[in-house]
Amino acid sequence: MSSQNGDKEDRTVGTLEAGLSERRAQLNRKLDDRRVVEEKAARKSTSSSSGYAQAMKLSSEFIAGVLVGAGIGWVADQWLGTSPFGLIVFLLLGFVAGILNVLRSAGVVEHPDPRNQPDTDVQNDRPD
Amino acid sequence: MANDPIHQFQIQNIFPIEVGGMDFSFTNSSLFMVLTVAATSAFLIFSTSGRGLVPSRLQSVSEMAYEFVAGTLRSAAGTDGMRFFPLVFSLFMFVLVANLFGMFPYFFTITSHIIVTFALAMLVILTVIVYGFMRNGMSFLKLFVPSGVPAFLIPLVTLIEVISFLSRPISLSVRLFANMLAGHITLKVFSGFIVSLSAMGAVGVFGAIIPLGMTVALTALEFLVAFLQAYVFTVLTCMYLNDAIHPTH
Repeated sequence: MSSQNGDKEDRTVGTLEAGLSERRAQLNRKLDDRRVVEEKAARKSTSSSSGYAQAMKLSSEFIAGVLVGAGIGWVADQWLGTSPFGLIVFLLLGFVAGILNVLRSAGVVEHPDPRNQPDTDVQNDRPD
Repeated sequence: MANDPIHQFQIQNIFPIEVGGMDFSFTNSSLFMVLTVAATSAFLIFSTSGRGLVPSRLQSVSEMAYEFVAGTLRSAAGTDGMRFFPLVFSLFMFVLVANLFGMFPYFFTITSHIIVTFALAMLVILTVIVYGFMRNGMSFLKLFVPSGVPAFLIPLVTLIEVISFLSRPISLSVRLFANMLAGHITLKVFSGFIVSLSAMGAVGVFGAIIPLGMTVALTALEFLVAFLQAYVFTVLTCMYLNDAIHPTH
């Protein structure tokens, strides 16, 4: 390292700045790489350490969807006298909503509110 | 029966009150709700009464709770969401202290009753709906219409989104209630094993070491769950409030 120091003093200011910005870019790249790795590790550790909590979360999301669908169908049948078609249709819709809930809380499907996705924040926060 | 794992969830009248044919009795559940609120308020008032610039130990505990909830709310719902801070902080402290109270032997766990957690969840969802319509008017309904969906699919997708929205209070309440109920029953069952095994003589006493270890481990897990569920309840509350403030997709 000390032998290179002598070379550096000979260089002009321009090349020094170019070297600095290059080094900064390199550092940024390294930091980005590290951040990705750390985020992945954090995600993995939270998902494995509280697998029980995750299971509770996903099952409650799914069950809630099915229950609400069945409830709406049953009430619709009572009011409109369409038994059993309301129950059938809304139970299936509730099933779909339950799956949607599960996928959303597992992070597979994009959540409707943009603030949860910092990457897409810029595109979605457009006022309309 | 001492060994009955469900017995701990029974509601007992402490003193009966009846108004117009309806039962408003003060039960053990009400007693522990009052105790939870009293303990939380007393702790927060007492610990912050010093108002030290350099916080004492107790003061820093309440400051940590404040910072924690404020950070969660701000990251989920933005600075606009801070107007709901009193609601969210009260909910967090209530659920947390109620869960932790449940960890004392012979105490009643109020969050192990679905009606209590459902009332809390409905409070959150009604706040979201009322405030959402107050702030955004009819454009709050945009929450149910995702963008970028083909026109002929919109009725179906909207219906599914509405059901998904309606299922939120249920999943919110079921999650908290099921965690507390399941945890306390498991704890009781395993500690029941210790008693019934050790009644079987020397071999039984030796064998009781295994459920004893499990009970110790489960107690630690239950403390974790008590914190985690209070946190999860808070995070989801913040996310739902965010929908009321920013309903656009």
